[in-house]
Amino acid sequence: MLVTWDNRISSIIIPSPAAIWTSFLDLAQNGYKGHTLWAHLGASLRRLFIAYFFAIVTAITLGLLSGYSERVRAVFEPIIAFIRPLPPLGYYTIIILWMGIGDNSKIFLLFLGAFAPIFVSCVAGVTRVKQDYINRARTLGANRGQIFLHVILPAALPDIFVGLRNAMSVAYATSVAAEMVAAVSGIGWMVLDASKYLRSDVIFVGIIIMGITGILLDKILLCLETKIVFWKGKN
Amino acid sequence: MTDKSMTNFFETANELISMDSLTLAYDKGGDAVPAIDKINLNIYRGEFVCVMGPSGCGKSTLLNILAGFLSPTGGTVKLNQKEIKGIDAHRGVVFQHPPLYEWYSVRKNIAFGPMMQKVPKKKTAEDVETYLAKVGLTDFAEKKVYELSGGMKQRAAIASALINNPDILLMDEPFGALDALTREQMQALIRKIWWNTGKTIFFITHDVDEALLLGTRILVMSRRPGKIIADFPAHFTKEFIEENSDDARYTEAFHQKRKYILSLINEQ
Repeated sequence: MLVTWDNRISSIIIPSPAAIWTSFLDLAQNGYKGHTLWAHLGASLRRLFIAYFFAIVTAITLGLLSGYSERVRAVFEPIIAFIRPLPPLGYYTIIILWMGIGDNSKIFLLFLGAFAPIFVSCVAGVTRVKQDYINRARTLGANRGQIFLHVILPAALPDIFVGLRNAMSVAYATSVAAEMVAAVSGIGWMVLDASKYLRSDVIFVGIIIMGITGILLDKILLCLETKIVFWKGKN
Repeated sequence: MTDKSMTNFFETANELISMDSLTLAYDKGGDAVPAIDKINLNIYRGEFVCVMGPSGCGKSTLLNILAGFLSPTGGTVKLNQKEIKGIDAHRGVVFQHPPLYEWYSVRKNIAFGPMMQKVPKKKTAEDVETYLAKVGLTDFAEKKVYELSGGMKQRAAIASALINNPDILLMDEPFGALDALTREQMQALIRKIWWNTGKTIFFITHDVDEALLLGTRILVMSRRPGKIIADFPAHFTKEFIEENSDDARYTEAFHQKRKYILSLINEQ
């Protein structure tokens, strides 16, 4: 009965939980179009992590520098302000023209998506550091480099983590869009491909997996945040 | 040899801080009222100077100039005959809301100054113990900043300023945000520290009793433009220490002084 929702609702509109479960078991066992389910998920996550890693390294460096020096900010902020509100698909074609249809263009798209939130929060974090924190360090004899390392960077960490979490969700959402074009693997591609054949059960399995993975990724970041920024919200 | 002792003698005989028609106008326009106006003042080694005045009289401005946070728009201020230019470690500052670094423990916050100045680790560790004991935080050394009460935070802040052995300690209403009981404990603490170390202290307060209970010299400032309208010695803090009691607080002399200061402030 449950398998077909008692035949009252078409399983194309909303497949029954049992149908989704069966479909999940089938996908887990036989894969989807040449790749296992985990290979699809792995392909998506691999692109995501590579893009995220590069975004962290570059956006934190440039963001902190921009927060610290008005000259650096004057160079980068207008560019970021321009890119940030653009929908990724708007410029995806250009990126494919530049970088080809391989993984690189997808990773670059995710990178751009993740970059802006991290950059913006780093700038905000640095510019919001209390002047008394810096003054105290200077009256205690710290030089510019030491102030940056011991005062500004840790003081900006709570903001940086806000950016990191935003960036993760933006990048993860973008990854589905990235897999729409010329991909043959990835959880997003699986969902888009299944939609061509009206395989609602596969679509639902994909969506649920994406949702759970998204929550897990955010939880990991949240966990890191409470560990590293242990003082946040305690004052 | 003789030369050296001569210069030493010469230095100690001179004022620690000298201000010469010190002026600061935040708004540099022609007819702007300056925050402080042509202040001439010398501070000598070992003094405990308490500064009072109505709010907005430029007390904090004066302290910020001494610390180097602000540059005067006119006049000069010298420390040991050398003009103060910008912020450096010669003047320790204790803020009203202690900006301790929450990412470091109490111990590391106190060790911050020596750490930045690359003092050998062993000496720093010893000094930190000494100053932890001085402010009564020995048992709280490993605590996180957010685990401390307001009074304890201020103790840690005082220790972290003192460990650098600054020429003068600048305190901007350091106990203003504390409850009455804690404030009294902190007053006793800073008095003891002043007495035992012989440090020069420049202390801003809006509390007449606090000024009289702590200072060896009281300055009263006027409303904008800030000028010094009264400058007189006080002896109660020494009596406190010598008699080891707070009887001086209830003497006629104390009340007279108190009344006098209040009338100076209220008359404006």
